[in-house]
Amino acid sequence: MVRRLLGRLGLWLLVAAIVVFAVFPFYYAIVTSFRSGSELFTVAYLPDRLDFDNYAAVFRNQPFGRNILNSIAVAAVVVALSLFLGFTAAYALGRIRFRGRSPLLLACLAVSMFPHVAVLSGLFELIRTLGLYNTLPGLVLANLVLTLPFTVWMLTTFMRELPRELEEAALVDGATPWVILWRIFLPMMAPAAVTTGLLAFVVAWNEFLFALTFTLSNEMRTVPVAIALMSGATGYELPWGNIMAASVVVTVPIVLLVLVFQRRIVAGLTAGAVKG
Amino acid sequence: MSGPGRPEVRSAWLLLAPMLVVLALVAGWPLLRTVWFGFTDARLGGAGSFVGFDNYLANYDGEWFGVLADRLWWQSVRNTLWFTVVSVSIETVLGMVVALVLDAAFRGRGLVRAVILIPWAIPTVVSARMWNWMLHDQFGILNDALLRLGLISSPIAWTADPDTALWAVVIVDVWKTTPFMALLILAGLQMLPREIFEAARIDGAGPLTVFFRVTLPLIRQVVMVAMIFRALDALRVFDLIYVLTANSAATMSMSVYARLQLIDFQEAGIGSAAATLIFVVVSVLTVLYIALGRVRLGERPW
Repeated sequence: MVRRLLGRLGLWLLVAAIVVFAVFPFYYAIVTSFRSGSELFTVAYLPDRLDFDNYAAVFRNQPFGRNILNSIAVAAVVVALSLFLGFTAAYALGRIRFRGRSPLLLACLAVSMFPHVAVLSGLFELIRTLGLYNTLPGLVLANLVLTLPFTVWMLTTFMRELPRELEEAALVDGATPWVILWRIFLPMMAPAAVTTGLLAFVVAWNEFLFALTFTLSNEMRTVPVAIALMSGATGYELPWGNIMAASVVVTVPIVLLVLVFQRRIVAGLTAGAVKG
Repeated sequence: MSGPGRPEVRSAWLLLAPMLVVLALVAGWPLLRTVWFGFTDARLGGAGSFVGFDNYLANYDGEWFGVLADRLWWQSVRNTLWFTVVSVSIETVLGMVVALVLDAAFRGRGLVRAVILIPWAIPTVVSARMWNWMLHDQFGILNDALLRLGLISSPIAWTADPDTALWAVVIVDVWKTTPFMALLILAGLQMLPREIFEAARIDGAGPLTVFFRVTLPLIRQVVMVAMIFRALDALRVFDLIYVLTANSAATMSMSVYARLQLIDFQEAGIGSAAATLIFVVVSVLTVLYIALGRVRLGERPW
């Protein structure tokens, strides 16, 4: 009885430690974002005031609203393109037997895991040649390197789980693959598409290396670049209150997204990881 | 029915074509161009002429030049390998602990599982800046807490001191990616049939024996796959180090080195040679790991 109780206590202590470890930096960013000036030179463990000056300053001192819109636009277009291209490819890879299928899947895996800096100079040249340097379409193009291979891989995994009888009946009726794809598989794949799209959105929203390298002006930056390059008026002391306010602004929507779609995200992250 | 000219096969390639064209354009072609630039004296944004292996290693008047003769390159290789081994090891052990805790039945388990996703979802740049502030040498909360607890006698310049800078990077990386590790291992744990543990307990095995003799061997494959994906991610680390410690030599990773040459110094040839080397190093390490660890890369965890 005592042993059981002790075990239970230990478990709860561990759970508490895990939760504190996971949320503390975010909590501390919120506390800091409400403090300014010399208050920042003392450490506050608990929220001691509610002041939105830093939040106003973030939007006043740089085109942060524009940066947020840039990030949303780039991520949305990247997700839409990846899902469309990934869906047609996943149907071919998941439902049709042909030689070269496994090498193609492995190539997708390799592209999604290789170091992005390996394509940096080649992409730089491509984007300059196409006249897309310092534009959002240029960033969309670059982001596809990150999202497309894993979208293909994930949708293929989901596509394989659907029962074989689905297209057999349609094939007997003389339907073409194109019709089967859009009429039969698209509705069935909606949940998988939501999961994959969410993960692709997070990837594109967080992307930094390409956005840093392929944009030049404040107006074209995405949120991660804007936050990374945020500096003070003197360039000597960093405006920590502003930086934390900006961090909170872009993190709150993501945290809400995660809490709402928790099950889907976990399912996506672990899709196929524990099979085969 | 299964000849290569089957209409089904033709439509498969037709359906694949758009994706393959885009992937070739944004990944295949730029990779080939990067390798080519590595053999030229190109400056950023300009065409160069072929110089052979000069960007890698060259000897003029008894002096060595090129990436392979650059001490900073070798330091970045050491930093990256050290960071990868240390952070992935810690993440695996902590991830295992978190997974075992979340595998136990308790009220609010779903909520805790959602909460640990927060570090994973926060953009790397944002988490680097949050930790930059917490690790601040004068006003940081970590130094303040350690001083109050009497664990240190004077503030530590976490990100500026070469002795602690790489550890600071490890701390932030562990915070950010342990959830990923834990969720993958948890998914593996939940696939295991409960009867095995019942049987082991009836046979009188203690919890530690059960873990090392039963659980661990059964989830080995899942852990190995999770580790390789974390390791590949760690080997290409850029955002975290660039924001946390800028271009400091003490923490410079291979990716930071390549971008420094390529963009900041506008040395497209040298930078591309370094990028090509990174690609080769990562490929070789991956093949070795898969071969030595006998990992089956069936499906991909994200």
